Amino acid sequence: MAGGELKLLGTWASPFAMRVKLALNFKGLSYDNIEEDLRNKSDLLISSNPVHKKVPVLIHNGKPICESRIIVEYIDEAFVGTGPSLLPADLYERAIARFWAAYIDNKLLASWFQTFTGKTEEEKAEAVKQTLAAAEHMEAAFKECSKGKPFFGGNSVGYVDVTLGSLVALVRTSETYDFKPFDATRSPLLNAWLERFAALDAVKTVVPDTDRLVDYAKTRLAEAAAAVSNN
Amino acid sequence: MATDVPAVKLIGWYGSPYVHRAEVALRLKGVPYEFIRDDPINKSELLLQHNPIHKKVPVLLHGDRTICESLVILEYVDETFDGPPLLPVDPYERAMARFWAHFIDQKFARPFWMSFWMCEDDEHKEAFVKEAKGNLAILEEQLKGRRFFGGDAVGFLDVAACGLAHWLGVIEEVSGVTLVNGDEFPAFCKWAKAYVNDDTVKQSLPDRDELLAFFSGNKEIYMALARATLHK
Repeated sequence: MAGGELKLLGTWASPFAMRVKLALNFKGLSYDNIEEDLRNKSDLLISSNPVHKKVPVLIHNGKPICESRIIVEYIDEAFVGTGPSLLPADLYERAIARFWAAYIDNKLLASWFQTFTGKTEEEKAEAVKQTLAAAEHMEAAFKECSKGKPFFGGNSVGYVDVTLGSLVALVRTSETYDFKPFDATRSPLLNAWLERFAALDAVKTVVPDTDRLVDYAKTRLAEAAAAVSNN
Repeated sequence: MATDVPAVKLIGWYGSPYVHRAEVALRLKGVPYEFIRDDPINKSELLLQHNPIHKKVPVLLHGDRTICESLVILEYVDETFDGPPLLPVDPYERAMARFWAHFIDQKFARPFWMSFWMCEDDEHKEAFVKEAKGNLAILEEQLKGRRFFGGDAVGFLDVAACGLAHWLGVIEEVSGVTLVNGDEFPAFCKWAKAYVNDDTVKQSLPDRDELLAFFSGNKEIYMALARATLHK
């Protein structure tokens, strides 16, 4: 049922929480943004997502929905009359969008995270290779989905834009480590799309500050390394 | 012009639960299709051409459309063809069905695989068994006394969970490890039986004896793999 109370449990750094914020922004929906401390998770988070205990969680009229892509689809279906549709109307295009959204998480992001969490230099190097290969596929995906228009969703932002666009902060952070999967030479279309996407007001209000994210990433990586060496 | 050729084709490997997902969805919707049997050891040009990204089955060909990934195919079939809905109509219920399907795909593979194929005396085995059973308990709770996850009829989540209904028992028999028992998981056991005995589902389940032979034949490989991937 449209309307009603929307609460988002998330963190400023999480690209997954950012997907939900983007979807809500693009649909013009207001919500109560609750910043979680992942080291001291709230009772609300744990009771709302007992299976994974992770962010984001969207709570709509007291009912929790978990997993970022599932939340975005939910928002699109529950608020069908409000703002633009995120999933394509055409059923085949919709299937293609779902395919690429799953690919982004299962292949692109999985290997991208491995580039800095990999336990050996070999693992990291392999992860870089996989990420670049995945980026190449996403470049082709953009061509296929956009059909010459500015976004994956066509003239306006859609489901794949939100799913991939939430990585804009990750892209900027990676650049400080000299890793550019979407650089202008290798992925010109994606490079241009990312600039275009990041310039949208709805995006600017929820993108985490790059410097803050770089510091945060450094701290987390150092903690992880310390934990491993203390075992 | 060949008007009797079905407009829908499904490329699959015999014995794959992911292919079964796609087949049963088509059958539940009453969609005629041609099954193109591919060989995982010797993948066809047709498969590689239509799924160059993953090079896997199932692949649905609908006219000149190509759809890959079993859960994506399930939703496409549900939305495109008439017939009983596979996913619930209510957006919240849909989100829940998707969540649990995703849970099954993410959380069952590794702990189950390791529970089955690790050596009895490996100290890590117990932890995997605990994890696998913990996940099963969560799923057991989701049945909430219903015959199927979808209610009275087989639905999206039942189809997504098909591996647990039919393949799991086979692997338990081959490995000698029993995870699902009637005492700990009564609702789940009833569900599995109801699923494999459903008239429509039955038509696209691979033969149990053939599956037994297949998994038995590969037992040593699976055990070696389990040892090799322990620390990944």
